[in-house]
Amino acid sequence: MNKSALLVGSAVLASSFSTAVLARDGISVVGSSTVYPFATVVAERFGKTTDFNTPRIEATGSGGGFKLFCSGIGVQTPDITNASRRMKTSEFDSCLANGVTDIVEVLIGFDGIAVANSINSTQFDMGTKELYLALAKMVPNPANEEELIENPYQQWSEINPDLPAIDIEVLGPPPTSGTRDAFVELAMEGGCEQFPAIKSLEKDEFKAVCHTMREDGVYVEAGENDNLIVQKLEANPNALGIFGFSFLEQNSDKVQSSIIDGFTADFDSIADGDYNISRPLYFYVKAQHVGTVPGIEEYLAEFTSEQAWGEDGYLADKGMIPLGDEQRSEVGTAVSTLEKLILD
Amino acid sequence: MSSLDQKASSSATTERVKASLRKRYAAEKRFKLYGIVAISASIAFLFLLMGSIISKGLPAFSQTYVNLNVSLSAEQLDIDPTATDSELRRANFSGVIKQAMRDRFPDVSKRRDKKALYSLISTGAEYDLYDRIVADRSLIGQNVNLWLIADDELSAIVKSKSDLSAPDSIVTRLTDQQVGWAKNLQDAGDVDVRFNRTFFVNGDSREPELAGIKAALMGSAFTLLITFTLSFPIAVASAIYLEEFAPQNRWTDIVEVNINNLAAVPSIVFGLLGLAVFINFFHLPRSAPIVGGIVLSLMTLPTIIISSRAALKAVPPSIREAARGLGASPLQVVTHHVLPLAMPGILTGTIIGLAQALGETAPLLMIGMVAFIVDIPTSVTDAATVLPVQVFLWADSPERAFLEKTSAAIMVLLVFLILMNAIAVMLRKRFERRW
Repeated sequence: MNKSALLVGSAVLASSFSTAVLARDGISVVGSSTVYPFATVVAERFGKTTDFNTPRIEATGSGGGFKLFCSGIGVQTPDITNASRRMKTSEFDSCLANGVTDIVEVLIGFDGIAVANSINSTQFDMGTKELYLALAKMVPNPANEEELIENPYQQWSEINPDLPAIDIEVLGPPPTSGTRDAFVELAMEGGCEQFPAIKSLEKDEFKAVCHTMREDGVYVEAGENDNLIVQKLEANPNALGIFGFSFLEQNSDKVQSSIIDGFTADFDSIADGDYNISRPLYFYVKAQHVGTVPGIEEYLAEFTSEQAWGEDGYLADKGMIPLGDEQRSEVGTAVSTLEKLILD
Repeated sequence: MSSLDQKASSSATTERVKASLRKRYAAEKRFKLYGIVAISASIAFLFLLMGSIISKGLPAFSQTYVNLNVSLSAEQLDIDPTATDSELRRANFSGVIKQAMRDRFPDVSKRRDKKALYSLISTGAEYDLYDRIVADRSLIGQNVNLWLIADDELSAIVKSKSDLSAPDSIVTRLTDQQVGWAKNLQDAGDVDVRFNRTFFVNGDSREPELAGIKAALMGSAFTLLITFTLSFPIAVASAIYLEEFAPQNRWTDIVEVNINNLAAVPSIVFGLLGLAVFINFFHLPRSAPIVGGIVLSLMTLPTIIISSRAALKAVPPSIREAARGLGASPLQVVTHHVLPLAMPGILTGTIIGLAQALGETAPLLMIGMVAFIVDIPTSVTDAATVLPVQVFLWADSPERAFLEKTSAAIMVLLVFLILMNAIAVMLRKRFERRW
């Protein structure tokens, strides 16, 4: 029994070590968990409609994706990384240092972050300023805007008399989430900037004031799972939730988007740039792998085809906000010629 | 002291003893009661958990189909009748299905409405058509009645057995118009709910109605195969050496303490080790069961070693002495007598270790096995994922129909675990010997 098990084990090991050296036969994609639901749809279609293997896609987060992507050239490194923000110069430099010199940047569309509550309660109509005042740890003293105080607000009506007189309770993602990063940068900073006293602060101080959420139990970190937030909103009509637009789309019978600065989170308002809490989605391709790993060019072609990222494409059905016609054709051409990314 | 005094004091003692006895009995009764309450509470929780998983997961085992009359002319499919299989992939299957839907509901004319109509049929129907035509070329040019997979939203309202004639009472993302079409199809007998075979033969998918468990199941099987083939022989060999041959000195003490410590190391640490050593240094492929298996075997090794040593220790010394007395060499004592007697215990420990490995996700995160895998892995070097990871990925998906898939995947995982534990019990029953 022992002997045969040993034999089988060594045989399996030997065979796997010999095949491991061979080239990879499918595309490897890493990166943002926000792009993951869209990239996986394209990958699945690509696998089913071509003779290539279906690309495998890992959700490592944007930062983790860049780290893996920039770790070098060769089949043990990923070919593509997804990101819910643009590549930073520091990341680009680390790519260059490791020999990843030919990078193609593809802007694929936009994602909105919804602030929503149960469909059975009244819709909120507010701005990023109110969101900041409701959620930040330090806010300007209403009596003297120069002075920062611990957030005193307990009810929405204290911030703005037009808002309902209910306790502030907001469920949102924890700091590890990309959605949280984007929310803080877009909504909280947007609200912050409307106070001249804060805007004139030093960069570090400005960030500390605008990016710190309050910790007195009003903002509830509800975990990375957006489905959970939707379920909790259903059970608690007084709470607001913060989550990705695709979850709003999929649960439009249970939750409604709040009006932020005059617009609800919907398809058109995000595409036109009217809705303030939205972010661009990218992916980056290692052009040096084209030709070594089969199918990269075809995968790019599928991703940038009208039936995928077009206005009526299947990515739009999944909740991604497509680019405008002009921008689409611009990015499309750059992709088909594998235009090299230059960041400085 | 008079005898009267003695009597009085003895009766007082009896009283005291009696009182304390009552207290002791009461305490014992209370203790038993606590135990029963604790057990019934845990059983109640278990039932609650299982009940909620099963009731949520059961709908995932049925799949809704819609009957449509599809015209498969070469012209509409936009192909040459002699096309090769890979040329066939590019045929206009979606156009054919859309045409069939338009024929079924001829009065739908607005572009928006048409789109809503088409969304009732799953995109999987296109791949299904392709498979059917590849299997039977004579279908090209024919008009056939086909049962096509319905979209998850339609499937949800059909499976919930809601009253489709009252769209307001149904919680769904479908519009009243779409519910009306569903009602029309249902009244004509063109909607059918069948056993969901897809769930057991497909890999992952972003469409809930097409998502299946097989890729994860195969991934788990390959990973466990590697884990077993590596950890079992190594663990048993080290247990035998430590228990039967090793001298008692400081070195073996250090080894023993370290094995016990390793058993308590958080599993994510093994994932980091796997990333640094097996992927970055040995260049083994990312996301492959081979690396997952090696990492998990590192994790299960201490568990198996500790339980194997306990099993070896439980074999009475008289058996070793008798064998030696009859002239057996130390190796013969171990292989002929001690090991066969300890085997049931060793196997139980192994299976418990493997069951633990089956439920593990944390170490796999670092080595890329938390990934979207559609193709079913066929070897230990193919990209794969495992059952608990699949549960996690589905639980995190926005489409609501994945909720039932999540519970169904948990059920599959539990069945696997129960099977493994049943094997452990069976082996123990079969080989157990008493002395």
